[in-house]
Amino acid sequence: MAAKTDTSEAYVHRFAEAKATLAGHGLPWLAGLRERAIERFAALGFPTRRIEEWKFTDLRALTRTTFSPAPRLANGVTGDAVGRFLPADLPSHLLVFVNGHHRADLSDVGELPAGVRLCGLAEALAEAPELLEEQLCRDGALDGHAPLALNTAFMTDGAVLMLARGVALERPVHLLFLATGDEAPAVAHPRNIIVAEAASRATVIETYAAPAAGAYWTNAVTDIVMEADASVRHVKVQAESHDAFHLAVTRVRLAKGSAYNSFVASVGGRLARNEITAVLGEGVECRLGGVYLARGRQHLDTTTLIDHARPASFSNEHYRGVLDDSAHGVFQGKIIIRPDAQKTDAHQLNKNLLLSRTAHVDTKPELEIHADDVKCSHGAATGALDAEALFYLRSRGLDTDLAQRLLIEAFVGEIIDEVETTALRAHLRRVAAAWLTQVNK
Amino acid sequence: MVAIAESVTSLTEGEYKYGFVSNVESDIAACGLSEDTVRFISAKKDEPEWLLAWRLKALRAWTTMKEPSWARVDYSPIDYQDVYYYAAPKSGDRPKSLDEIDPELLRTYEKLGIPLKEQEVLAGVAVDAVFDSVSVATTFKDKLAELGVIFCSFSEAVREHPELVRRYLGSVVPYTDNFFATLNSAVFSDGSFVYVPKGLRCPMELSTYFRINAENTGQFERTLIIADEGSYVSYLEGCTAPMRDENQLHAAVVELITHDDAQIKYSTVQNWYPGDKNGKGGIYNFVTKRGICRGRNSKISWTQVETGSAITWKYPSCILKGDYSVGEFYSVAVTNNYQQADTGTKMIHIGKHTRSTIVSKGISAGHAQNTYRGLVRMTPSAEGARNHTQCDALLLGDRCGAHTVPYIEVKNNTARVEHEATTSKISDDQLFYCRQRGLSAEDSVNLIVNGFCKQVLQNLPMEFAVEAQKLVGISLEGSVG
Repeated sequence: MAAKTDTSEAYVHRFAEAKATLAGHGLPWLAGLRERAIERFAALGFPTRRIEEWKFTDLRALTRTTFSPAPRLANGVTGDAVGRFLPADLPSHLLVFVNGHHRADLSDVGELPAGVRLCGLAEALAEAPELLEEQLCRDGALDGHAPLALNTAFMTDGAVLMLARGVALERPVHLLFLATGDEAPAVAHPRNIIVAEAASRATVIETYAAPAAGAYWTNAVTDIVMEADASVRHVKVQAESHDAFHLAVTRVRLAKGSAYNSFVASVGGRLARNEITAVLGEGVECRLGGVYLARGRQHLDTTTLIDHARPASFSNEHYRGVLDDSAHGVFQGKIIIRPDAQKTDAHQLNKNLLLSRTAHVDTKPELEIHADDVKCSHGAATGALDAEALFYLRSRGLDTDLAQRLLIEAFVGEIIDEVETTALRAHLRRVAAAWLTQVNK
Repeated sequence: MVAIAESVTSLTEGEYKYGFVSNVESDIAACGLSEDTVRFISAKKDEPEWLLAWRLKALRAWTTMKEPSWARVDYSPIDYQDVYYYAAPKSGDRPKSLDEIDPELLRTYEKLGIPLKEQEVLAGVAVDAVFDSVSVATTFKDKLAELGVIFCSFSEAVREHPELVRRYLGSVVPYTDNFFATLNSAVFSDGSFVYVPKGLRCPMELSTYFRINAENTGQFERTLIIADEGSYVSYLEGCTAPMRDENQLHAAVVELITHDDAQIKYSTVQNWYPGDKNGKGGIYNFVTKRGICRGRNSKISWTQVETGSAITWKYPSCILKGDYSVGEFYSVAVTNNYQQADTGTKMIHIGKHTRSTIVSKGISAGHAQNTYRGLVRMTPSAEGARNHTQCDALLLGDRCGAHTVPYIEVKNNTARVEHEATTSKISDDQLFYCRQRGLSAEDSVNLIVNGFCKQVLQNLPMEFAVEAQKLVGISLEGSVG
C-alpha cells in the first residue's frame, strides 16, 4: 500500500467506533459483510486519476475533507419542501429520506397491491433481514471501487422494493433523497435494493436534491435484480446542492427476457459521478439514456458498463451533455460482448454541446468484443451550437439568447422525448428548463 | 457453407510465405544491456561525444522506467538482458556498388520480391535497405543529392550532417518519452534520415526496407524525416522477417517534422513474422511514431497496413502545432491466429483551424485480439479545429476479439469532434450474393474484405497498394465459416 495522502484512514477509524451502532448490527452476516467491506476499502483507498476508470475525475476535493455521518433529523424539512421535487400529475408511492434516513412522516407510500414490499432498509433489516441477506451478500457484492465498499460498510438506510412474481405496479415508486447540508460536512450512504421477480413490472423514480444550499456528500448504491421477463423503468434526477458531492453506483442484473430502461438527468452537485453497471442475460433489452447539464465549475461524470454476458440481447445507450462556463463533462461508456454473446445488438451514442470557451468534455466510448455475430456501433460528437442554425433563427427575428435557448432546448428535448411516460417527460423537461433559464446570465 | 469453411481453414492455416534465414556472418555486440553496450554501439559507429552522452542519458532514464502494461496485449515478460543490441552484417569495407554486396544478401531480397537491381532500374525508387541494423545499400543517392535532398542511413547523417541531426533528434519523441522509445534512444543502431530542402517536391518515393535477420537481435531503428518549408516527400517503409521460433524485439522510433506549407506522407506495410498458427514465436513490435506539424499549413499523413508481428504496439501520432495544419491516419490492422494488435493514433490539436482525419479498419480472425486505441485532444488554443474519426472492425470467427478505446478530450468549444465506430462480421447475405454470382468462397471473402479496407488502401502509393492488398488477402481470406 502506498502512503495514504487522503482521508481514507479516518473512515476506517470511524467504522471501528461506529460499527456497533450501525443498522442491523445484531446480524452476524451483516457485521461480517461490513468488516469485509471496510477491509476492502482500506486496501483500495480512494481512487486516483492513475486508475483508468477515474482518469478524468479527480476526487481530491472530496478526499481532502473528512465527512462525518449525516445527522438523523426528526424535523426541519416540511412537506412543502418535498412537494417541490415531485413530478406534477403523477401520483406515486413516495418514500422520503432526509440525510439518508427514512422519514415516515414525509413519506406517502399509499396502498400497495398484494405482493409488493416497499419500505426503508433499516426497517427491513429489523423486520425481515433474511430477505436482504441474499441480496447484499451475493457474489461480487464488493467488486468495484472504494466508494462502493465504503457504502457497504456504512449503509444505514435506503429503499427496499420487492415485487412478487407477475405483479405490475401501476403507479411509480418515488424515492426522494433530501440533504440538509449542515455546517459540518456530512456524508450519507443510501443503499437501495430493488428485486423484480419473474414478469413483474414497475417504474422507479430516484431523486437527489437539497432544499437549501450546503456542502455534503451523497454516496449512493442501488442494486437492481431482475428475474426472467421482469421490466423496470428507472428515472433518476440528480439535483444536489451546488456545493455537494454525489457518487452513485447503480448495478443491474438482468435475467432472461427482462427489460431495463434508465434515464438519468444530472444537473446538480459540484462533483457528481453516476455509474451504471448492467449485466445482461439472454434476450434482454437494456436502454440507458440521460442528460448532464453543467455550468460554473461543476464536474459531471457519467460512467456506464454494459456487459453482454449471454446471447441475443439488445442494448442502446444515448447520453447528451451541455456544458457552460468552466464546467467539465465526462462520459465513459464501455460495452463488453463476451465470447458466448452471439446475436448481440449494441449501440451507443454520446453528444456534447460546449457553450463556452472554457467548458470541456472528455469522452471515452469503449467497445470490447469477443463474439463475431454481433452488430455493434458507437458514436461521439462534440462541438458548439451550429452557427448556421443560430443564424437562421436570428434571421427570423429571434435575439441571440432566445435562439441559443431554443437550440439547446431542442438538443436536450430530443433525448428526453425517448422517455415513455408523458408526466415523466414533462417532469424532466421542467428539470432541464430550470437549468436553461440560467444559461444566459 | 461447408465449402467455405474448408477454404477458410486452408487459408487461415496458410504458412508464412517469407520465412527463411540467410546465413550472413554478423558482427554482434555482447548480449545484454549496460553502459558498455551503449558505448560499444556508439564506438562501433564512430559517433560524436554529444550523441553518446544523449544515449547514456536515455539509458539512465530507462533504468528508472517500468514497462507499460495498459495495452491489451499479453506476452511473457521480456528479459532485456537476454537480447543482443547490435548486429551488423560483416562486410569489411562498405561496398561501392550493388555488385560488391554479399550475393547472399541480394538473394534474400530477391526472395522477398524486391531485387534491388531491378528496382534501381525500373521503379525509380531509392531504396535504403536496412539489413539487420546497418545500411547496406543506398541507391539513387546521387540523383537526390543533386536536388539537395539528403536521404541516407542514420549513421551517415550523424557523420555528414551532425548539425541537422543534433537539432532535430529527440525533438518530437524525447529520450524520456516512454519505455520503448527510451530504450531505442539508448541503443538505436541505424535507420534512415531524410531532409527535404525548402520548396522542393521530392520527385520519387523514398523507400526503406527493414528486415530482422540475425537470431535474437532486437532491432532498434531510428528514423528522422524533416520537410523544410514548402517541400513534399512521400516515404515508404515495408518489412517482412524470416521465420523463427524465438520472439524478437523490435522497438523503433520515427520522428517527422514539417515546417510551413510542407507535407510528409509516411506509408508502412508491416509484415514481420507473426508467429505460427499456435501463437509460437513472432516479432514483438513496440514502435513509437510521431510527427509534428510545426509550420502553418503543413501536413503529416500516416498510412499503415499492419498484418504481421505477434504483438503490435504502435500509435503513429500527429502534433498539430502550426495553424491550419492537417493530420491524417489511415490504418488497416489484420490479426489472425494468436496475433495481438493494440494500435491507433493520437491527434493533438494545438494550432488554430487544425484538422485531422482518422480512418481505422481492424480485422480479426482466429484467436486474435485487435484493439484500436486513440486519442483526439483539442487544447484550449485549437480554435475552429476539426476531427473526424471512423473505426470499423470486422470479425472473422467466434474466438477473436475486436476492441475500440477512443479517448476524446475537448477543451475548446469552437472545435468539432466526431467519432463513429462499428463492429460486425461478414454477413451471410453478402457472401451468398457473391457466391451466387459464381465467385469462389475465398474470392468472395477477399472481395468483401478488400472493399472494407479500400478507404485506407487507396491512400497507399501504387507499388504498395498492390502488395498490401495481397497481404491482407493472404492474412485472412476465408476465415468465415
